[in-house]
Amino acid sequence: MVNVIRIVLPPHLRTLAHVDGETELEIKTPVTQRSVLDALEAKYPMLRGTIRDHVTLLRRPMVRFFACGEDLSHDSPDTPLPDAIASGSEPFLIIGAIAGG
Amino acid sequence: MSKIRVLVGTRKGAFILTSDGARKRWKVRGPHFAGWEIYHMKDSPVDPDRIYASQTSGWFGQIIQRSDDAGKTWKTPGSSPEELKSPDGMTKGESNKFVYDTSPETGKPLTTHQWYDGTQHPWEFKRVWHLEPSLHDSDHVYAGVEDAALFESKDGGKSWHELAGLRGSDTGPKWQPGAGGMCLHTILLDPGNPNRISIAISAAGTFRTDDGGKTWKPINYGLHSQFLPDPTAEVGHCVHRIAFHPSRPNTLFMQKHWDVMRSDNAGDSWQEVSGNLPTDFGFPIDVHAHEPETIYVVPIKSDSEHYPPDGNVLRDAMSVDSLEPCGIYFGTTGGQVYASADAGDNWKPIVRDLPAVLSVEVQTLR
Repeated sequence: MVNVIRIVLPPHLRTLAHVDGETELEIKTPVTQRSVLDALEAKYPMLRGTIRDHVTLLRRPMVRFFACGEDLSHDSPDTPLPDAIASGSEPFLIIGAIAGG
Repeated sequence: MSKIRVLVGTRKGAFILTSDGARKRWKVRGPHFAGWEIYHMKDSPVDPDRIYASQTSGWFGQIIQRSDDAGKTWKTPGSSPEELKSPDGMTKGESNKFVYDTSPETGKPLTTHQWYDGTQHPWEFKRVWHLEPSLHDSDHVYAGVEDAALFESKDGGKSWHELAGLRGSDTGPKWQPGAGGMCLHTILLDPGNPNRISIAISAAGTFRTDDGGKTWKPINYGLHSQFLPDPTAEVGHCVHRIAFHPSRPNTLFMQKHWDVMRSDNAGDSWQEVSGNLPTDFGFPIDVHAHEPETIYVVPIKSDSEHYPPDGNVLRDAMSVDSLEPCGIYFGTTGGQVYASADAGDNWKPIVRDLPAVLSVEVQTLR
């Protein structure tokens, strides 16, 4: 089954990828953080290395993942994302961590 | 008529300043990459409209940008539609992939370096400090990075490979970070000898290759650093910047953490030339375009008090043009870029109130 996933990138990465607003990705089931990021980087290669490390594929420390009001940043990259993400009714949010002050 | 283009990297974006040869009225374009740190921008000597830029962020890491139209438009190399897939179908997008070489064929396994507390610490890539385009090929460019290593690209910045012989030399475990990190910040390409490159690292010192980057040797004899257990050690010196005049590549000048130094044998030995400077602490150093014995430095009170009136001048933030008379330019962490169109006798700000200036490069266009 192919799912249409909605992605919200942080503003700096939208600029880098030349994306205006949300972007959509087509992803086969199961929909996981890994499959979402794989598809995102395939569509926008300039984002490789900006969200997760090129080699280890670990999330960069100051990047967070949110969905349906929950912080999923520490979930396994292979855990299926909520049904609302897979169905496209809610977006998958990639956020630059709030830091400073 | 001649034209001057000044490439200014700041904490919050890039700015490009242009003027005619009179250097009186300046047009300011920018910010490009607003909100990102631009550590350095530099043009290709072969193609002045080709400019490479190091764009970094504590959140999103390293990006390499390239312009082929003098900074009007930019792209991450290798990301155009026709470049998106390699012949084997794999996604490209490696213009920001800086991975240390650990292969036994081209170097040695990745070593550790000295940490602030004296323990050993693994090498970790953080950012590109300096980009040095080749003198002969606009697709060939070197990158000095933190943690200190030298990378090169031969495809216009689409992919990068470490010249691992530098970090693989036996001295690596004695290198240590300065206050700004352990960075390779200066790359000097010898105009008469393509196999000779000199580089400088804070805080390891100066190194030279005479075989195109395969093997390197420390060239720090004559340096004296009181903070080291052995003040005349082979490596460990906090070299802030080195420079030469293109007509005399064997005469190197150095602004060390303290001390201004000179070598007349391509770095094999150094002598102090601080003379009557009010202080010999500072960061940048550069050479007059037409007078190889006229050197510019920016003395700062001390290593614990870094504040000339409008802010510090960082090591990559001073440059000269090659008009007659020679123009000299520097940017401050207070956000001003000052210029002198008469070799330093008179100065004025050519732009004010930018974000903190990290780097200044000047292009003389004829």
